[in-house]
Amino acid sequence: MDSRLTGAKHLLPRRLTLSAAALSLMAASVFSQFAVADAANTTGLAVTDTTVTVGQLHSATGTMAISETGSIQAERLAIDQINASGGILGRQIEVIQEDGASDWPTFAEKAKKLLESDKVAAVFGCWTSASRKAVLPIFEKDNGLLYYPTFYEGLEQSKNVIYTGQEATQQILASLDWIAKEKGAKTFYLLGSDYIWPRTSMKIARKHIENVLGGKVVGEEYYPLGNTQFGSLTNKIKLKKPDVVFAAVVGGSNVAFYKQLKAAGITSDKQTLLTISVTEDEMLGIGGENMKGFYSSMKYFQTLDNPNNNKFVAEFKAKYGKDSVIGDVTQAGYLGPWLWKAAVEKAGSFDVNKVVAASPGIELTTAPEGYVKVHENHHLWSKARIAEIQADGTFTVVHESELIEPNPFPKGYQ
Amino acid sequence: MDVSLSEFGAIAIMQGFNGLSVFCVLLLMALGLAIIFGQMGVINMAHGEFLTVGAYTTYVISSLTLQYFPAMQPYYFFFAIIAAFVIAGALGWLVESLMISKLYHRPLDTLLATWGLSLVMQQAFRSIFGAREVGAEMPAWIMGSWAPSEAIDIPRNGLFVMGLTLLCTVTIFLMLYRSRWGLQVRATMQNRVMSRAVGINTKKVDRMTFALGCGVAGVAGAAFTTIGSTGPTAGSLYIVDTFLTVVFGGAASLVGTIASAFSIAQAQSLMEFFLSGSMAKVLTLSAVILILMVRPQGLFSSKVRK
Amino acid sequence: MKNAYESLLGGKQGAIGLLVLAVLILVVFPLALDSFRLSMVGKYLTYAFVAVGLVLCWGYGGILSLGQGIFFGLGGYCMAMFLKLEASDPESTKIQSTPGIPDFMDWNQITELPMMWQPFHSFSFTLLAVLAVPTLLALVIGIAMFKRRVGDVYFSIVTQAIAAILTILIIGQQGLTGGVNGITDLRTLNGWDIRDDSSKLILYFVNAALLIGCVLLGRFVLTSKLGRLLMAMRDKEERVRFSGYDVASFKIFVFCLAAAFSAIGGAMFALQVGFMSPSFVGIVPSIEMVIFAAVGGRMSLLGAVYGTLLVSFGKTYFSESFPELWLYLMGGLFIVVVMYFPNGLAGLWESHGRKWLSRFALGNKVFGQSVVKARVMSPVKVATPQPSRELETTP
Repeated sequence: MDSRLTGAKHLLPRRLTLSAAALSLMAASVFSQFAVADAANTTGLAVTDTTVTVGQLHSATGTMAISETGSIQAERLAIDQINASGGILGRQIEVIQEDGASDWPTFAEKAKKLLESDKVAAVFGCWTSASRKAVLPIFEKDNGLLYYPTFYEGLEQSKNVIYTGQEATQQILASLDWIAKEKGAKTFYLLGSDYIWPRTSMKIARKHIENVLGGKVVGEEYYPLGNTQFGSLTNKIKLKKPDVVFAAVVGGSNVAFYKQLKAAGITSDKQTLLTISVTEDEMLGIGGENMKGFYSSMKYFQTLDNPNNNKFVAEFKAKYGKDSVIGDVTQAGYLGPWLWKAAVEKAGSFDVNKVVAASPGIELTTAPEGYVKVHENHHLWSKARIAEIQADGTFTVVHESELIEPNPFPKGYQ
Repeated sequence: MDVSLSEFGAIAIMQGFNGLSVFCVLLLMALGLAIIFGQMGVINMAHGEFLTVGAYTTYVISSLTLQYFPAMQPYYFFFAIIAAFVIAGALGWLVESLMISKLYHRPLDTLLATWGLSLVMQQAFRSIFGAREVGAEMPAWIMGSWAPSEAIDIPRNGLFVMGLTLLCTVTIFLMLYRSRWGLQVRATMQNRVMSRAVGINTKKVDRMTFALGCGVAGVAGAAFTTIGSTGPTAGSLYIVDTFLTVVFGGAASLVGTIASAFSIAQAQSLMEFFLSGSMAKVLTLSAVILILMVRPQGLFSSKVRK
Repeated sequence: MKNAYESLLGGKQGAIGLLVLAVLILVVFPLALDSFRLSMVGKYLTYAFVAVGLVLCWGYGGILSLGQGIFFGLGGYCMAMFLKLEASDPESTKIQSTPGIPDFMDWNQITELPMMWQPFHSFSFTLLAVLAVPTLLALVIGIAMFKRRVGDVYFSIVTQAIAAILTILIIGQQGLTGGVNGITDLRTLNGWDIRDDSSKLILYFVNAALLIGCVLLGRFVLTSKLGRLLMAMRDKEERVRFSGYDVASFKIFVFCLAAAFSAIGGAMFALQVGFMSPSFVGIVPSIEMVIFAAVGGRMSLLGAVYGTLLVSFGKTYFSESFPELWLYLMGGLFIVVVMYFPNGLAGLWESHGRKWLSRFALGNKVFGQSVVKARVMSPVKVATPQPSRELETTP
């Protein structure tokens, strides 16, 4: 029966701390009224004269920790850099990090905590679509602000979310155009893990191949998440002999898929393969020798050669070790705090409505990926890049598109 | 579709090989469990994590080799397999003596306790090796394909896993049915009290059996680095398939496990070829369940009245 | 009257134990916790339905189902389908290419509400389905397994496999089910906004009341002849069978009852949390729910509720404070409980808590009152750990 006691015991101090925090917050805001009647402090958010609190909501544990660690690190790096350069509106950023534990209701629960108990001014977080979908109603209800870093399937546009990764059409259309032109590809084999992002992506790809490129889809297939046997698939690919295999396999399946492709003799000298799900992070597990000569489509690669990126990579490695790698989502995570800073400074306030109103049109010329700009639909203008994978696991960019307008609800592709 | 007859033949051969290779993967996964579950009645939910131990052992040895004896790189894999067996087996020994030995009279509770163990082990992998997947550098001879003719590619890692599976199965078969130790194991399984009465050290037998099962899981884990991923949760991908294989075969029967791995693998591989991957998985699992409902004791049940 | 008092409340001891729980979840929590923490407790209590069901079928029936997530999920999905249909009225979905169907269907090019969804326009059908669908599935599984005398271990593994299959199915059929994202953004129940704080409070009380109802029902079953037969079956199944009882039917019944409890929990979960996803159907959540029951005490209905609360609180607290450590703690806790405290908290209470409390109370008369209260917290006699099966190996 200690459960009752323990339960109450640990809840009580927590409540006390919370109310203590609230008290000090109130006190602080009262004092600030005396000092400077600063509008930035009166938003009901956790903002004092010297600090502003933000939340970070990723999975530090569970199956998604593999992917989300990079985003956590990049967001931290950006926040530290902003603090070092004087903060936002003269305030240092304080971070409350919550663990979503790869569990969607936990994400929802923690989002609620961050917004309702901690009153954070912005949240940088989520990775999977499922976690974003779980927190979305909470952000909309509590009028929070989420910076979401992952490339995703689109079909969403919320007032309370800024999407710093690419939506599906940005990632897919330009790369399909390129591969059709460069390789003269006419027939495509589409395959992915069985969930919404690959399925939506493949749907868009199919429409584009059939209606725009005049090509043919000779196979479309999905395997359960975590599947490790791809032997039958490699045989089917051999049977259909597509010009291009277009792949969106994720997680542990990814590693198994490429190892088994290689083992079945499907290598880049015989088969062109374009993937939209392999970044530097995945490469660690797959191993460059298994993907040599295949193509990956992303908006960012660690090997991009521009001053912004060189600086970013150097600073990231200085902080997290020289062996750390930076994938597309990691970079997109890094953009979040900077975009927020720019929007807050433009709005002159931390108030979510004002920040949201100020966001469209925000430009970031210091982005590692080059130049990005926030669109009215809360996604970013960005370039699509195609890289050839080298035996040592690095990516060599072979094609770079113009800036592409984000279009989360593409007409004719739904 | 323009597929010539010879090409079709080549695909058929490769698909046949694929079926065999899935069979070997399943069997290798299930062997360790078949020993532990079938012979001891212990449900080891941490079986997948023992696989992962083997996989990480391979990774560590591959890194060490690369760093200190680069010349040995082509051969390290054999050492890795032996090391995986020893380390996973030793860990199994430890787990048995600290945990399982206290729970033999409560079979369902071993299931729960080993589930807790699997959580702890997963987090331990994460703390030691990081949350990200790691890739062991494979020797060149094991990767790629062997092409006996223009159109046929036989995966070398598949061949390797096949050979290893054969070796393990034969060894275990001999040990269980042709050795004194095997006799003791089977006696203990059938009647623990009686075995003790005739002077068998059942405690020692249990410990050995469990350690052997875990060691085989370690070998499987090492072998799977050639076809799959190595990460903290990699082992849990295999666990449902593994359990179903053992249960479908009839728990106490090694032959049953082989037969069930074979039929599940063939069904899976064939359906994957003609249907989509996701659907094949659901259909295979459902078929297994349906058959289990008709024949609840599995394909080959031992004749024990219940 | 006297009879009902004995069987439902378990006499004076049972009644007070129940009262303490009721006071705790109906009075103490709502008063002591802010709305955020309270809705968390509400969510935990939905898991407690499953744990209470597990006490019945595992603790007393000896049937360890590793697939209770199936029933929790099905109940939740039935409720979520109704709520989603209500949230997808033509007005609020007018930007879709087909207004009036759930948004995820629109994304999957479904232009017409599938047959399977049609009846979920009706609230009464939904309520019926919440209970009937999972119970029927449990009935089918139960008949297939128990009539053929499948061993307990086999049963566990088969239920686990069914949970895996259902997860793959739900994820694969995303046009019908919302796929891996699940059914999200549920808003109103018959026009009543379920998202604001006051309705959350009402739902919390409904949830708590239903839970207490399930505990009462469970107690009624256990104190009836059926309960004694269940225990007899668990310990010596053959003897019960040879005494002329149809063992399978009892097992099927208790399994169905546990499934129905889980389904209620699932439906309340969908209502309170506002979404449902396949991550509650699979193997991991199913086993976690077994953990709840094990920690609370597999032989105690009330213990299961406390166990659920404690483990869930612990999970939230440790994953907030020590994200690196909490899996060690969870895993460790589970190993320790299973190995050394097979009767969980309730067992601990029985063996130590009472003694401690009465000693404490003897030294301090003021607390005499609370002793009485506390003595009855676990009304069900805690059985010794399941008997050794060593001697049973020969037929």
